[in-house]
Amino acid sequence: MQKTYYDPADLKKFGKISDWNKELGDKFFEYYGKVFEEGALSAREKSLIALAVAHAIQCPYCIDAYSGDGLQRGITKEEMMEALHVAAAIRGGASLVHGVQMMNKVNKLEM
Amino acid sequence: MATKSLHKRESNLANSNKQLEILSNGIFQSGELPTFKNKIAETNQFPLKAKKLEVLQINVGYMCNQVCEHCHVDAGPDRKEIMTRETMLQCLEVIKNTGAHTLDLTGGAPEMNPDFRWFVEEAAKAGIKDFIVRSNLTIIRANKKYHDLPEFFKKFNIHVVSSMPHWTRGKTDKQRGDGVFDKSIKALQELNEVGYGMPNSNLRLDLVYNPSGAFLPGDQTSMQKDFKKALKDDFDIEFHNLFAITNLPISRFLDYLIASENYEDYMYALVEAYNPVAVSNVMCTNTISVSWDGYLYDCDFNQMLELPVNSKIKHISNYNEELLEGRDIVISQHCYGCTAGAGSSCQGVVA
Repeated sequence: MQKTYYDPADLKKFGKISDWNKELGDKFFEYYGKVFEEGALSAREKSLIALAVAHAIQCPYCIDAYSGDGLQRGITKEEMMEALHVAAAIRGGASLVHGVQMMNKVNKLEM
Repeated sequence: MATKSLHKRESNLANSNKQLEILSNGIFQSGELPTFKNKIAETNQFPLKAKKLEVLQINVGYMCNQVCEHCHVDAGPDRKEIMTRETMLQCLEVIKNTGAHTLDLTGGAPEMNPDFRWFVEEAAKAGIKDFIVRSNLTIIRANKKYHDLPEFFKKFNIHVVSSMPHWTRGKTDKQRGDGVFDKSIKALQELNEVGYGMPNSNLRLDLVYNPSGAFLPGDQTSMQKDFKKALKDDFDIEFHNLFAITNLPISRFLDYLIASENYEDYMYALVEAYNPVAVSNVMCTNTISVSWDGYLYDCDFNQMLELPVNSKIKHISNYNEELLEGRDIVISQHCYGCTAGAGSSCQGVVA
């Protein structure tokens, strides 16, 4: 058993999840592939969304994958970092917007 | 950014045998990754055989005004290997009689060969359908004596193919050296001015994109769209096609991969992206590469690895197209670079 939870080499083995449930695994990868195809959004835009989401959910595999994917698509460092700030803003905002709930509660309880 | 070639630095990797050793040892020797030979054998494509010749590519010398980080030629100002007029005369004999439809001059910066213009004038007389010169663009701005190159190219209806790693300054200069971006932009504008690259113009101007790091090129069509939009919007530059070319793990790019600890991951990426359809169209099957000293190779990469053609005919002086046809192509693990994804060749994707 490996001594760490994450091993970069495991990313390459992602496809193996189908070994234990072929039907659902195959369906997932088919869906995944379809999602990232050129559509109303370009594949490039989707790659940046994926990169931002990867940071929001803090998935090291996804960060690894979509940093490389962005470079392949000619996405610049500046574009990548801006996308991350969108994720960070939404995460930060998600905490702070609950401040309204806090304020409501405090206002209700306080005389 | 390097300022000297591996040869000048007397690096271990300046030795082609050392490079071939690296490409055969490690993950390929242990069986962790299949050798290229075994991989193409899976789909009965071994041995890879040369088909009818279509492209004659001539390397007129390794001297260059740039020292690009990824250069597979290990070209630079310190390289003195230059094709002589005598070898050029031998090439001209072949050019006059070849069945190839494309003549492709490369280097180094081919324009730095002192007999370059003479050679182009003579070769143009043979009337080959597509006459390519691979120009690094900055040479046009490097010295006064090169300023009229756009006019010269136009006069002989040369098809200009130029490297442009990105549409932003940062990425371009990192790979190719400080100031390269601005000079390249200026050179492209000058080519546009004489008619190169304009919509519906017969003066062909194509750009070559290769990744500025240890990753594979993206989809050629989308990259072309992005390049066209950015170069048009920012600099009012037009060009025809973009060729996305994969960096092959040899010479300076191999040196970079090893030094940055990306070698194994890069080889994994190449092998994972292996596409058997690309194998049937790899450029070595329709190309002959001639070195500055007149020797024959399956491609420019094999030339740099000093892997000569597997044929009785070894030199341009006893060239025979019929005898070269059907020869077994010489391969090693660097060949994975041409079969990854949509494939890669000097003309871009192949699958």
